[in-house]
Amino acid sequence: MTNAPILTVDNLKSYFFTDEGTVKAVDGASFAVPAGKTVGIVGESGCGKSVTALSILRIIQRPGRIVDGEIMLRRADGAGKTDELDLAQLDPEGGEIRAIRGGEIALVFQEPMTSFSPHYTIGNQIIETIQLHQDISKAEARNRTIELLRMVGIPRPERRIDEYPFELSGGLRQRVMIAMALSCNPRILIADEPTTALDVTTQAQILDLLREIQERTRMSVIIITHDMGVIAEMADDVIVMYLGRVVESGPVDDIFHQPKHPYTQALLRSIPSIFAEPRSKLPTIAGSIPHPHNRPSGCPFHPRCSERIAGLCEVHAPRLLPIGERQMASCFLYHEPDN
Amino acid sequence: MCRGEPVARPQCLYDGVIMRMVVPILEVRNLRRFFPIRKGLLRRIVGQVRAVDDISFHINRGETLSLVGESGCGKTTTARCILRALKPTAGQVRFQTAAGAVVDTASLPKTALKPFRHQMQMIFQDPFSSLNPRMTVFDIIAEPLLASGMKDRDERRRRVENLLERVRLRPEFMGRFPHAFSGGQRQRIGIARALALNPSLIVADEPVSALDVSVQAQILNLMLDLQDDLGLTYLFVAHDLSVVKHISNRVAVMYVGKIVEIAETKQLFNAPSHPYTEALLSAVPKPDPRLRSERIVLKGEVADPAQPPSGCYFHPRCAYAIDRCRTETPPLEQIRPGQVVACHRAREIDLKGVQAQGTV
Amino acid sequence: MSAPPAASPAFDEALATTAAEERVSVATQWQLMWWRFRKHRLALFSGIVIAAFYLVAIFADFLAYADPHKTEAFRSLIAPQPIHFFDEGRFSPHVFALIGKRDPRTFKRVYEPDPEQKIPLRLFARGYQYKFLGLIPTNLHLIGVDGGNAEELIFLLGTDQLGRDLWSRLMIACRLSLTIGLAGVTLSLVLGVLLGGISGLYGGAIDTLIQRVIEILRSIPTIPLWMGLAAAMPRDWGVVQVYFAITVILSLIGWTDLARVVRGRFLALREEDFVLAAELAGVGQMRIILRHMAPSFLSHIIAATTLALPNMIISETALSFLGLGLRPPAVSWGVLLQDAQNIQTVAISPWLLSAAVPVIIVILAFNFLGDGLRDAADPYG
Repeated sequence: MTNAPILTVDNLKSYFFTDEGTVKAVDGASFAVPAGKTVGIVGESGCGKSVTALSILRIIQRPGRIVDGEIMLRRADGAGKTDELDLAQLDPEGGEIRAIRGGEIALVFQEPMTSFSPHYTIGNQIIETIQLHQDISKAEARNRTIELLRMVGIPRPERRIDEYPFELSGGLRQRVMIAMALSCNPRILIADEPTTALDVTTQAQILDLLREIQERTRMSVIIITHDMGVIAEMADDVIVMYLGRVVESGPVDDIFHQPKHPYTQALLRSIPSIFAEPRSKLPTIAGSIPHPHNRPSGCPFHPRCSERIAGLCEVHAPRLLPIGERQMASCFLYHEPDN
Repeated sequence: MCRGEPVARPQCLYDGVIMRMVVPILEVRNLRRFFPIRKGLLRRIVGQVRAVDDISFHINRGETLSLVGESGCGKTTTARCILRALKPTAGQVRFQTAAGAVVDTASLPKTALKPFRHQMQMIFQDPFSSLNPRMTVFDIIAEPLLASGMKDRDERRRRVENLLERVRLRPEFMGRFPHAFSGGQRQRIGIARALALNPSLIVADEPVSALDVSVQAQILNLMLDLQDDLGLTYLFVAHDLSVVKHISNRVAVMYVGKIVEIAETKQLFNAPSHPYTEALLSAVPKPDPRLRSERIVLKGEVADPAQPPSGCYFHPRCAYAIDRCRTETPPLEQIRPGQVVACHRAREIDLKGVQAQGTV
Repeated sequence: MSAPPAASPAFDEALATTAAEERVSVATQWQLMWWRFRKHRLALFSGIVIAAFYLVAIFADFLAYADPHKTEAFRSLIAPQPIHFFDEGRFSPHVFALIGKRDPRTFKRVYEPDPEQKIPLRLFARGYQYKFLGLIPTNLHLIGVDGGNAEELIFLLGTDQLGRDLWSRLMIACRLSLTIGLAGVTLSLVLGVLLGGISGLYGGAIDTLIQRVIEILRSIPTIPLWMGLAAAMPRDWGVVQVYFAITVILSLIGWTDLARVVRGRFLALREEDFVLAAELAGVGQMRIILRHMAPSFLSHIIAATTLALPNMIISETALSFLGLGLRPPAVSWGVLLQDAQNIQTVAISPWLLSAAVPVIIVILAFNFLGDGLRDAADPYG
């Protein structure tokens, strides 16, 4: 089944202008999010995966801003046609993007404790969100909240609704966070490291919940993580980022079983595996991730790449181009450089 | 004899010479560490958090024992009690010193620990907070040397150079401050500092979990190399079972302050004997989309160590629980050579390991 | 165990590549602080202003041109006198002589400049006698007039009711206002660091005791205490002595804020991994405190002190203004402002308010400097 993209990001560039220099946190990222599918964005620290999410919602903190690119949100109007809205062009403080934030596109953060106000009950906070986006009475909003809490698997939601965030465990808080994100029936849910702060058994519960909700609501999910295991569990399509650029994208099976980009290949080889022989050594990627002020010239991965082509990779930056049917990579092993 | 892990205790059986060969480098017996809960104006003690609740295990010289479990299970508290960064509430921590004597570091006063404390060192989780940002790499690594009485600066410099080379950092960098290094490089500096006094036991508390995945492998490989070269013994505290598999000879699983299972790495991963171990293994997201299988998703939450459930602490979440589990605390028993489990039903239930789940 | 050995390079390469980063990578805490502070232009400028003020305090007599204590009824309440820099196209700074007349209707003395009589100003002129830095007797002043009788001829900022030259008094006042509280601040600093440090380091009963003492001290109201102390001081002490004694006594209760900050830092630092690492390495307690703990809050203490100094200046000004602090014949900014207490004087002779200007400038400068230092204090944050 082919799904038309609901969100298309094209050549997105988000830079941070600091005293020490410009940090190109996202430097030309392009990808599409198909309707009803889960897209995983994976990468290590400094790869720009979180900034990409913040860019879509237009909540990058100063001194950062979008300097170039399009973020097209596709919506169906009543007459069976679609219209497109470029989120990158909206005023980040304006009413239009605020209606989209928490409404059409919702966000789940990594740390559930800091995303709630400690002074209000969780019920209050969800009810407020609902009333912000929908014109319904407080009693109705409260009923809807209880329903949402039940849906995300919170035991005894009628009582839990009046509890404060600190009274809940990390796993329950993350469930409440998801309930809040779902409160306005979003079409896209962005989950930024939703399970990183959680224990492995709790992580399994939350991942199950996300998948179950996605199947039920048919929304699109963008899951951002550094954990290849989470990606393999959750994603339909995968976007691999390195230093602000998309180095490879494609269906999850291709990414894991026929990775094309040397970075993806090396990354998959170097992750510790539960299937490994005990006390076996891992192949490594040499060196460290460069400091953001110190971006290498040409292909950002070339100093650590075992297959770099001397005289080419350190000079020219490869573009993300198709390889095969649905896979794309930005690497000169597969494409000739443009002049 | 005390309850707990049945360990060969040959002191009473053999003479001194043999004893030195068989005695494990570290033996923890019935270790407890409770934190009082205080309330009210008078700070009265109203309860106890049983962070570490009667655990026993041993580590043989030259091996890696991993302590795994979820947050709050007491693994870090155990590590800190062994290093005497925390005073145990009860129990023994019997450490075999380089001279061959066995001392109980849990009962000795802190001042009496000094002569052999340097034989146990620590690698920290956070490579940022574990290095003093105001000291150069040389000062950081040389500090233990200075404290142990190496007064000659040139001698210290040679030793630091040597240590930096061991952890594969350029000795020229010793004049730099930590802020000039990446997370992985800082962790190397931390390892060099831990090695400075030639310790025999290294307690590594989540040493790679703050690092990027592409850097984790480098540090794990380095630790394996160092163990081979220097004959080190590691107590490796971690929550990530994939990492644990790459470094351990044996693994101990903790749940709410208690050890539920100890086994050889391969045995534990392939044929776990405790339902919690099985659930932990199953919950690890496998980096292969073809292995999306039915995972065991535990219901409920980790028990509160201040008010643990009756009987087996795991019973409210356990799919195999029977009435006996609700009332009776299971002792840690040997069910196979090298495998001890605290489960009433360990002999009757058939649990799945990772090989059974995966296709490898 | 048979996995292929990883292709590991000989060294994990450094991150720094450019010369600038090379410089940062070996920079000490103080260098990093200075680089960061330097970017804070306002704070840097404020620092220079404050340095200038303290230079004025040191060279106050040199910058004054008239004896600040010499009264003369004939010169009462003279308005500031403009300086004319050019005389018929030539550079020759001068002022016009003043001619006193009695107003026939109000019977007040009024002064009018006489453009015919030009009094040339001289640099490094001779004036009244004073001791430079309290040691070297001299009569050299930055400006003055030929013949050395500046008191009767130049009035750059006017005079007060008793005919004393305001500019000169302002210069002298700097000295007292900027320094009288320093001893108090220093004492609070020492007490705060010491007691806060003990409290945070040892904890337990000592900590509880010190914390309770802090709470009691903080509940003592300052102004009544001040009035009581002012009355209790020995009669034969001079005004400056009394004031000094009171600031020192008050510092005995003023250390509490800093003590709390220091205690908090100690408690946080005790939990730091690098402190535990040092302990495990067998490093002694004293070295841990001096080498690992102290440097990481020294910078905060400097910033806190910078923010405490304007408090001391404001206190002096406010208390003296109320008549509780310094009193004439001492010369301080607060004392000078006492003359401007009623609205009538201010309406007729607004120049009496000029002492407020340095107060405002110094307080602002200290606050900006303190902000800049605080921002730069933790270069690793």
